[in-house]
Amino acid sequence: MAATLEIPEESGESSVWRGFAWSLRRDLKLAIRCKAELGVQLLFYVIVVTLFPLAVGAEPLVLRTLGPGVLWVAALLASLLSLSRIFAVDFADGSLEQLALSPKPLPALISGKIAAHWMSTGFPLVAASPLLGAQFGLPADEGWLLALGLLIGTPTLSLLGAIGAALTLGLRAGGGLLALLILPLYVPILIFGAGSIEAARAGLGASAQLSLLTAALLATLVGAPLAAAAAVRIALD
Amino acid sequence: MNAGGLSEFVAMGGYGFYVWSSYAVAAVAVAFEIVAVRARIRAAVKSALRPDRAVSVPDDTQ
Amino acid sequence: MSSIAWFRLASPASFFPLARRLVPWFSAGAAVLAAAGLWLGLLVAPADAQQGDAYRIIFIHVPAAWMSMFIYVVMAFWCAVSLTFNTRLAAMLAQALAPTGAMFTVLALVTGAMWGKPAWGTYWAWDARMTSELILLFLYFGYMALRNAIDDPRRADRASAVLALIGAINVPIIYFSVKWWNTLHQGASVSLTSAPTMAATMLSGMLIMAFAAWFYAIAVALLRVQAIIVEREKNFRWSGELLRWIR
Repeated sequence: MAATLEIPEESGESSVWRGFAWSLRRDLKLAIRCKAELGVQLLFYVIVVTLFPLAVGAEPLVLRTLGPGVLWVAALLASLLSLSRIFAVDFADGSLEQLALSPKPLPALISGKIAAHWMSTGFPLVAASPLLGAQFGLPADEGWLLALGLLIGTPTLSLLGAIGAALTLGLRAGGGLLALLILPLYVPILIFGAGSIEAARAGLGASAQLSLLTAALLATLVGAPLAAAAAVRIALD
Repeated sequence: MNAGGLSEFVAMGGYGFYVWSSYAVAAVAVAFEIVAVRARIRAAVKSALRPDRAVSVPDDTQ
Repeated sequence: MSSIAWFRLASPASFFPLARRLVPWFSAGAAVLAAAGLWLGLLVAPADAQQGDAYRIIFIHVPAAWMSMFIYVVMAFWCAVSLTFNTRLAAMLAQALAPTGAMFTVLALVTGAMWGKPAWGTYWAWDARMTSELILLFLYFGYMALRNAIDDPRRADRASAVLALIGAINVPIIYFSVKWWNTLHQGASVSLTSAPTMAATMLSGMLIMAFAAWFYAIAVALLRVQAIIVEREKNFRWSGELLRWIR
């Protein structure tokens, strides 16, 4: 028997915001309870990043050239790793069905889940990236630019990834399938994120790339919860 | 077409390997796809006619 | 035609005989067009000023690339129809198109590599078009893999339809971003699309081959959709003709 959720019963215009806030608070509480899991995500990021100097050698020029790309790709992979957690727990114990049936709009509830997911997995990457960038010999201004790009980009990754997680709910095929579905969608974010550092190095300034990243974030902020909600309903039927 | 013309045709100005590999790959891909789809239909029909499937095949006289 | 007739056609079982009747026509059309296109491309069109005879690969490469993109759009269209009207047949048509689209994508990639070596010295140059084509292949594989992973056919229909639509929206974005990436990392400055001085026979050969590919794709998709209908439809009124497939 699924645990009954105490979803506040009100509906109406405020229900979008309240649904978001309620879902956000709930998922953050759940995330804080599993602190060990959160640490693992960040540790994965650090380990993957560390693999590259081990693989290509510690020559400073090479590392400096590769650094932004490595840090972005590792962020993509770390995001993929944690995505199934957005829905898996609720799907397993039946809470997801109750969320879908509640009077609150499902996209709003899903937005809250995604926000909680990003706060617990994406944001730590952003915070760690200047330090890791320094490991690759990135100067301070590039480190901050990298962090800014990741700050804008990682929420987009969480949003897009949530669609994939919803589409693959409960499937045996799991992680590899999710990666195949989502990574092509991630490509523009990767190109503009890593490209912002390239552009800065070429003296062109990174504003174009950052603007595009911001545009992508805004578009996915609106579209992804809707698509994810549709995908969740498809999976639950 | 004389013999010299044919060998020139095959050689494709020295690029024969690239040109003919491309056409060969296309031919193989098309042939493979056609064979595979027909095999798929055959398998589907066979599977649907298994005794445990509740499907009846009417005579052509009906 | 009355709208009622169309809706009757929308059931897979009633579409089946139509698909069967159409396949031979499209197959014959494809064969004739291909013969004409190959005759034009291999025998009539002159050698290129810069690339000699190596350019003749475009009579396969360009139609394949066009079809790979066109089929994805058509597939996404049928996915949209299947979601909007909740019909099985539209989803089955999308399901039937995907493998052929993937095949054309692979063909475009392989022939692109075969063309790249003689023309620009390297099989793979990470140029914008080929890299986007590669990502398109991943989109096709993702669609097919998702379908495959879901046991319930209706959930598979709907989930893969959502995925295909998201992919379709993203294809221009991906292409734009890859193009930008390519210009920034000014690697090989190749331009596979530039054909400023194309002889008329070259162009018509390419167009005829494109139509041949189109007819072929329709024929194969109609064949495959027959298999899918047989696989998925339980209340299928059989005709004895189908037995000839297993004789």
